[in-house]
Amino acid sequence: MRTSKLLLTVAHRLAILAYIVVALFPLFWLLKVSVTPNDLLYSEGVRMWPSRATFEHYTFVIAHSAFPTFFKNSLIVAGSTAVAVTILASLAGYAMSRFNFRAKYWIVALLLITQMFPLVMLVAPIFKMLSPLGLTNSLTGLVIVYTAFNVPFATFLMQSFFDGIPKDLEEAAMIDGATQFVAFRQIILPLTLPGIAATLGFVFTAAWSELLFALMLISGNDAATFPVGLLTFVSKFSVDFGQMMAAGILALIPACLFFLLIQRYLVQGLTAGAVKG
Amino acid sequence: MASIDIQSIRKSFGAFPVLHGVDLTIRDGEFIVLVGPSGCGKSTLLRMIAGLEDVTSGDIRIDGKRVNDLAPKDRDIAMVFQSYALYPHMSVADNMSYSLRLRRSTKEKIASAVGGAAAKLGLEPLLERRPKALSGGQRQRVAMGRAIVRQPKAFLFDEPLSNLDARLREQMRAEIKKLHGDLRATSIYVTHDQIEAMTLADRIVAMHGGIVQQVGSPLELYDRPANLFVAGFIGSPGMNFFEGRYLVSGDHADLRLPNGTTMPVRKRDGVESGSAATLGIRPEHVILADNGALEAKVDLIEPTGFGIIMHVTIHGIPMKIFSQDRRMLKPGPTIRVDLPQDKLHLFESDGKRVD
Repeated sequence: MRTSKLLLTVAHRLAILAYIVVALFPLFWLLKVSVTPNDLLYSEGVRMWPSRATFEHYTFVIAHSAFPTFFKNSLIVAGSTAVAVTILASLAGYAMSRFNFRAKYWIVALLLITQMFPLVMLVAPIFKMLSPLGLTNSLTGLVIVYTAFNVPFATFLMQSFFDGIPKDLEEAAMIDGATQFVAFRQIILPLTLPGIAATLGFVFTAAWSELLFALMLISGNDAATFPVGLLTFVSKFSVDFGQMMAAGILALIPACLFFLLIQRYLVQGLTAGAVKG
Repeated sequence: MASIDIQSIRKSFGAFPVLHGVDLTIRDGEFIVLVGPSGCGKSTLLRMIAGLEDVTSGDIRIDGKRVNDLAPKDRDIAMVFQSYALYPHMSVADNMSYSLRLRRSTKEKIASAVGGAAAKLGLEPLLERRPKALSGGQRQRVAMGRAIVRQPKAFLFDEPLSNLDARLREQMRAEIKKLHGDLRATSIYVTHDQIEAMTLADRIVAMHGGIVQQVGSPLELYDRPANLFVAGFIGSPGMNFFEGRYLVSGDHADLRLPNGTTMPVRKRDGVESGSAATLGIRPEHVILADNGALEAKVDLIEPTGFGIIMHVTIHGIPMKIFSQDRRMLKPGPTIRVDLPQDKLHLFESDGKRVD
């Protein structure tokens, strides 16, 4: 009995370990290539770690390439998109969760329909629409497009978080003397922090790594985001793997920091104790 | 403190009617209990008084002022929810002072109001805790504290005790009664528990199917139930019923059961001889007597410690008898009983009581 339980635990842990190895190996490879000097990249064959490690790719990427600009652009675009989407989705999700209004059914259907089209189909019309407005080749244009594409899913996400908060709470607040909006801001929103963090994180990473629209709507380095920038390491005759990987590692840092910041809210069940449960 | 006046209130959810015209006047300082089975509309009525549900038609007046179109926050009432609905991200003190802070009361006023309510409810050591660090009974108390800090015009209670275990429910019930004695605040209390209704109420409003069945003091409802529903709902174990035909012969009357046996009843005016009627008697009013007129077959004995609930069959009709006679723990296969005339209730075929 006890041995079989032990075996099960061991098997369970091994399965998790195998999954982690598979999931993290590409990241490890990214790191490994980024610290391999150019002269050893092809000469040493396949090795887990180069015989000599270097940070020369990192210094080159930071000091001599346009990467800092890409990086800044990406931060602006992803950050603004995340904030804009989260604000819109919170309000829309709350309305979906709490109010009954005419055409609610059709609005939900419409939101779902927007999620059905492959983005490639929409690139040309969107370019056509943004170009006369002067929004191509601009970060604002990108923020608008990303926001539009992320709001429907984020709305559903936020709605499910609002659905999880008992209606009694805002009714109690309204009887205590709050308007519905004050109850939303002071009672419901603080309890939805985990949901807001999840939405922020989801939208931030989506915008951070988006390539298609960034590639189609932006030309030139000034307004390019980092996924587009990575392509500049690919030239006609060679691919500069070391620098590309170094840039990739650097690009991971903000996403990691962001999740470190919000993970407290992601794991915390804030509503504990609100109602009997 | 205020009176509450409810005039021919109706409520429908879509095409589905929930309340069919309720009239009720609640006097200043009165403790009213709305009681009835689930789905009878009692909670909807309470929520309409609170302003959480729209009024389909009719008027609600608090302190003489029509409040139909007022937002909950402008009605100056407090409510205790079944789920307590404490704000989980606030300490007990902040939960209690939230309404005062919304009204921008001064710090001194808030401190004295929260301090006063906490002292009344024994919450002083818990003021800094979050709701999740409280037991069910403590949460209940905080919910009450939140209601009393503000000294509102009326208190509304929506099944506040139904999430507590039996012992705690008994204790909180007494505390609510004591609190009402101290504050003399107009209170409306919704419950499906007839014991809570009986023990707490100045007046009980018994509801069924969206219609008020009877309004009266607890003992009025117990002694003189207005119809079959109230008779069956109030009292535990519930009243026994015998359906049959009411027959008058000369100056005495009988109820004839379907199997042909007759039970003598007091003659009532206004009931036609031969009409269908139902006879009711409470289990605690049945008299056990060796020379009783009726023979009852004993099916089951339920000792409760306080007394004994006997499930018996009389003339093929199941009924319950409550007795404190411990000899009845081991009765024979049959016992003899009497149904005293003055304890019998008679109801017409439409369920109405006849005196």
